[in-house]
Amino acid sequence: MLRFVSLMLLCIWTAGMAPARAATPGSDLDQVMGLLAMRQHGRVEFIEQHFLAVLKRPIESSGEMRYDAPDRLEKRTLKPRIETLVLTGGVLTVERAHSRRVMDLHAYPQVLPFIESIRATLAGDRGALERVFRVDFTGSVSRWTLTLVPLESKVKQSVSQVRIDGAGDQLLKVEIRQPDGDRSLMTLRPSTLP
Amino acid sequence: MNVRRVRVLVVWLGCVALAAVVVARARYITDLSGFLPAHPTPTQQLLVDQLRDGPASRLILIAIEQGDAAARARVSIGLVERLRKDPAFASVDNGAAVAGQRDREFLFQHRYLLSEAVDAQRFTAAGLGAAIRETIDNLASPAGLLFKSLLPRDPTGELLNVIDQLARSPTPQNRDGVWVSSDGSRALAVAQTAANGSDSDAQSRAIDAIRAAFAAAAAELPSSAATRPQLRLSGPGVFAVAARAKIEHAAVRLAIAGGILVVTLLLVVYRSLSALGLGLLPVATGALVGVAAVALGFGAVHGITLGFGITLIGESVDYSIYFFIQSRQVRTDGATGGWQQRWWPTIRLGMLTSVCGFASLLPSGFPGLQQLGLYSISGLIAAAFVTRFVLPALLPPSLTVRDVTPLGRRVAGLLQTVQRLGRGAVLWSGAALAMLALAVLYHDREALWNRELSALSPVSAEEQTYDATLRADLGAADVRDLVIVSGPDLESILRSAEHAARALETLVDEKVIGGFESPANYLPSMAAQERRRGSLPGAADLRANLKQATEGLPLRADSLQPFLEDVEATRHAALVTPRDLAGTSLNSGFDALILHQKDQWNALLPLRGASAGAEIDLGKVAAALKDSQVEDARTLDLKQESDALYASYLAEAIHFSLAGMLALTVLLLVALRSPLRVARVLAPLVLAVLTVAAGLAIAGVHLSILHLVGMLLIVAVGSNYALFFDRQAHAGEGGSQALTLASLVIANASTVIGFGLLSVSQIPVLVALGTTVAPGTFLALLFAAVGFRAAESAHA
Repeated sequence: MLRFVSLMLLCIWTAGMAPARAATPGSDLDQVMGLLAMRQHGRVEFIEQHFLAVLKRPIESSGEMRYDAPDRLEKRTLKPRIETLVLTGGVLTVERAHSRRVMDLHAYPQVLPFIESIRATLAGDRGALERVFRVDFTGSVSRWTLTLVPLESKVKQSVSQVRIDGAGDQLLKVEIRQPDGDRSLMTLRPSTLP
Repeated sequence: MNVRRVRVLVVWLGCVALAAVVVARARYITDLSGFLPAHPTPTQQLLVDQLRDGPASRLILIAIEQGDAAARARVSIGLVERLRKDPAFASVDNGAAVAGQRDREFLFQHRYLLSEAVDAQRFTAAGLGAAIRETIDNLASPAGLLFKSLLPRDPTGELLNVIDQLARSPTPQNRDGVWVSSDGSRALAVAQTAANGSDSDAQSRAIDAIRAAFAAAAAELPSSAATRPQLRLSGPGVFAVAARAKIEHAAVRLAIAGGILVVTLLLVVYRSLSALGLGLLPVATGALVGVAAVALGFGAVHGITLGFGITLIGESVDYSIYFFIQSRQVRTDGATGGWQQRWWPTIRLGMLTSVCGFASLLPSGFPGLQQLGLYSISGLIAAAFVTRFVLPALLPPSLTVRDVTPLGRRVAGLLQTVQRLGRGAVLWSGAALAMLALAVLYHDREALWNRELSALSPVSAEEQTYDATLRADLGAADVRDLVIVSGPDLESILRSAEHAARALETLVDEKVIGGFESPANYLPSMAAQERRRGSLPGAADLRANLKQATEGLPLRADSLQPFLEDVEATRHAALVTPRDLAGTSLNSGFDALILHQKDQWNALLPLRGASAGAEIDLGKVAAALKDSQVEDARTLDLKQESDALYASYLAEAIHFSLAGMLALTVLLLVALRSPLRVARVLAPLVLAVLTVAAGLAIAGVHLSILHLVGMLLIVAVGSNYALFFDRQAHAGEGGSQALTLASLVIANASTVIGFGLLSVSQIPVLVALGTTVAPGTFLALLFAAVGFRAAESAHA
């Protein structure tokens, strides 16, 4: 009997919820996603700062990021040391002067949010975002903020929240917060590199 | 029943009972070891151990095909999760994040003893500074972030070094979290069984366990999937188990089919059930005694030898055919002497020539061939003796078999046409055929013999190709070129392996080889570990060096207290031993590369080509090892070595067979006392062998050792035919001619049926026998009949 009642309550609750969710953030988020999805290629410069508790001051890295729809993301760090990070089809290749490491993102759920958040946003792939994160959209199409909170507990162990600021089809800032209080902040701007 | 008869039967039954006991208690083996040398050189011994018990023999390659990629990956993960819990497997890997808790703990705990980067320089202020700077830089990358929490204990990134050290071997492509083939159409995994590859029962259980785990993993897929993923296995153990099942299956099927056909034939001929029952006695006794002799002589009976049992039906059933048909004649014509006096000497001589032929297998270096030889010799002798002594004792006076004279007359009628051709024409056409066959054989002389060990393999070409494809996709799994270092104990070979590794590193830089594996990657020698432990500075020194190193770095020096404690702990810790490896997944990798034989230890360092499919110049490898004075190191090309081994046995078997032919000729010379008669007996046999060999060559078949055995059988069976014709030509018994001819035709029909069946089986070695013997014995009969008839026409 009790089970039946709770089932009923659940039905009523979800019935009430569903239309409300679809109505509010849907249009703007979908519009931004649509804009992003239209871009086939992108090339930006980045400066990234890591604020880590073990370090006295933040470490800074910079370089260039390239994106090719739908699933290729290349992050070339030029400073402080050269490192190329390529994500294609779920596989991450990290290349340095003397080493090359291939990682499958599915095998490393801790690494997944760092990259998938950016890739899926660049691709305008709302489905992919919602598979990994709870997605909150604030602002307007011309100036928006996506707040991503991992759904899976394994992923939550390494990332508590990703915040992406953007304008139209441009990403401006990506802030990644870790549960231990460490965070990184990446600022993006159109590439001026040759 | 007189006393003599009773005595014969008692002796026979006693022998049969004894043989039955031996056969029941015998040990049976089915692996390829029967075809590996009995007295190997040290390198060959290593090869044999490799093939029988080595790491390669314990490998099962797992492919998951069809269905969509995601489904394959899910099944792969579910399969491997289940198999990892099964103690029958030393390791199971599909590329999904293995690094079990125990592996990580082991590597982390012993990082300063395992890492090649650890030396005195590493812990100076400068060395520490460089290592820590690199670790901090790594933190900027998501991959480096994995190690963030370890920074206070491992600021020099030693764990990463150790992991990189182990990850030197190339890994297959990874998709959806699991290994896949290069075209992505299959998910791949590798299992290594705990049991030896030669333990077919254990291999069979392991295969069943994989199938069960796959079924369970596949059952978890949503039922909506249109095509379900399929499992396919490969590898030496899988082949051995399949071959065993195939041989058992084929042996049973062939025995039943052959039995039915021969029994039907005999029923039609004899028209008597008791004659049929009696007729099978020599066959059954021969087979039983043959297996018993092998069991006594070798301690174990090889499966191939049992499969050979059916072939013995071919010759031993002939004896009873001759006996029934000919003793009927003895009774009807009531002429001089009984069967024992008139025909037995010919059968005995025929049996002795067969024994001569098979005796040539006895000195062979292959236990498998020795077994075939002993089996045939003892089986034939037993069958002949049963025909000579037991059948007459058991033959009821009332028993008469059907008169087959009409059949003999019809055949004789056919031969009349030959007679009309004249002796010259027959001789010349025989000579022409021989020349033609020789010309074909000479033309194909290069490719005539298959000199690869795989010629004996019961594995089909398609299966071998599939296996090669999986191995190529999995990377370095197929070990062909090795460096082997030997020594009196584990420590000495690990030291030599480290020494050899330095020489091999330069070859990697020069692109002579693409890379190599070494057991020292998993467990460094005590000497190397001691050196590393010795290079760790004392607490005070390290603290001072660290303080200096972290000046100007954004690291809080006080946060590195756990590092100081860990280094100090390692300074007083025991060295890592093989026992510490137990329970980690590294253990199987280490075990796979260590081979312990009696008082000698060997470390295997498998080499990889500089690029996919590239051959390795072992000469350069050997030279490099010699230049850097690595002791007791040698190179080994497994495939070349095993092929060379097989080729040498093939050559040996050919020589022994020729010697057997020589012995046979001498025997006939002694018995017949006339070179001309001997030549007449041998000519049809030689011609039959040449014709069959040429026919096989034209059909594109490369002859193997089993073809050679088949040729011996042609001579063994055919010599009976020729000797009967010879007897007839000299005994001058006109009346019995048709009957003898009929008995030979029936005997040949049963042989052709038996071996014809072998040639349609799925097992290459049996096909080789069948396709040689069935046409060969028929031709031997034909050539002998025509030849002797032509010779007679000259007398007429």
